Amino acid sequence: VIRKDGSVKAAPFTYHRPASLDDALALLAEYGDDAKVLAGGQSLVPLMALRMGKPEHVVDIGAVPGLDQIAVHDDGAVSIGAMVRHEQAKRSPEIARYAPLIRDTMPWVAHRAIRTQGTVVGSIAHADPAAEMPAVVLATGATMVATSTSGRREIAADGFFEGYLDTSLRSDEILTEVVFPAWPTNAVGSMVEVARRHGDYALVGLATKLVIDGDTITDAALSFFGVASTAVRVSVAEETLIGSPANAETFAAVAKIASTELQPPRDIHGTSAYRKHLAATLTVRGLEAAAARIGAAA
Amino acid sequence: MTESTRLQAEAKVGGSVVDLSITINGTDRLVSVEARRTLSDVIRDDLGLTGTHLGCEHGVCGACTVLLDGEPARSCLMFAGQAEGAEITTIEGLAAPDGTLHPIQQAMMEAHGFQLPCSPTIQTRPPRRSARNCPATCVAALGISQSWPVSKLRCA
Repeated sequence: VIRKDGSVKAAPFTYHRPASLDDALALLAEYGDDAKVLAGGQSLVPLMALRMGKPEHVVDIGAVPGLDQIAVHDDGAVSIGAMVRHEQAKRSPEIARYAPLIRDTMPWVAHRAIRTQGTVVGSIAHADPAAEMPAVVLATGATMVATSTSGRREIAADGFFEGYLDTSLRSDEILTEVVFPAWPTNAVGSMVEVARRHGDYALVGLATKLVIDGDTITDAALSFFGVASTAVRVSVAEETLIGSPANAETFAAVAKIASTELQPPRDIHGTSAYRKHLAATLTVRGLEAAAARIGAAA
Repeated sequence: MTESTRLQAEAKVGGSVVDLSITINGTDRLVSVEARRTLSDVIRDDLGLTGTHLGCEHGVCGACTVLLDGEPARSCLMFAGQAEGAEITTIEGLAAPDGTLHPIQQAMMEAHGFQLPCSPTIQTRPPRRSARNCPATCVAALGISQSWPVSKLRCA
């Protein structure tokens, strides 16, 4: 329905606000494909307003207790619950200490007022290819915990994102938690991106993780976003980094490889060639930012 | 259309109606609204507080920003039910009960802060650096970057 003043409203839906996880899962078991899980709503609400999504049932998990927890495990892994807001993660001392790449990522996510409501896990479940968190999931090798009435299921990072706004989550599942493995003491990382305005979705962005032993890179993750239908790691570039010294020469060579490997789409915001150029520039920038932290606290 | 016929019509097309209990500018309110209404619709249409504006209605422009439990949030990006139990402050709730303006409002007045669609909400969430960032990406804000930093400095 387009109102007289031109604005658009979501199609009618049945609204559920369950007070427990069991109730939420029962609703999803019953309504399955006709239902959508609502966490912060910063992506779902506008999608529904534009009628790109018309779920018959909306299951708001905002009143479900216990989903807003950030937990540090004994081994240093960090769990983020489904209702942890971006701003909560941004301010969390646990995230700052144990998940430095997430700490570095939060200021890039949307705008301050959107981070109040938006959730870290919701952004992962939404799987926008130009969003930051899916790239962080790939770079860190996080584990997605999906819960349904039939139990809990763990999904590895490389099997989670299936396409544009598409994941391997089933329609009866809630992504209740994402577990980020312990950040190695000798790892450094960075988040860089180019967007038309700060807070917009990235034209191209890059999450970087390097593990360093002495002067040599022993492990690497280069996880790009905004360049394909999902966030993508560029394994050829990563393999080139491994065994090489962390210096300008290495970074320039790797930037060339990454830019060649990627085949970004063209759209109204930029041509494919421009995105390839940005990918090369950001590769150098991201690697330099990470390398600048070698020897310093994460 | 009266409110009751409107809500009946909503039920006929398959939409939920929610009973929403919120505190707005210090006053407890109970309203029955269509679940697909956004918080901004509720604030403007059901509560009659039209100081909160609607620009893009998809979270970019920032004209609909309110304080939600003390934190800035886009009222156009929340379905009504998500605000259940929340304490909301709009531009109408910024001045003291005796009419004394909030320091930001006072500074805006003294520095001839322009009236823009986003002006009321800029005052609930003043920019940290300059009007270029304010309140998010509203193009109109670019045109006032000369006067807004002055407003900001005066209230610092």
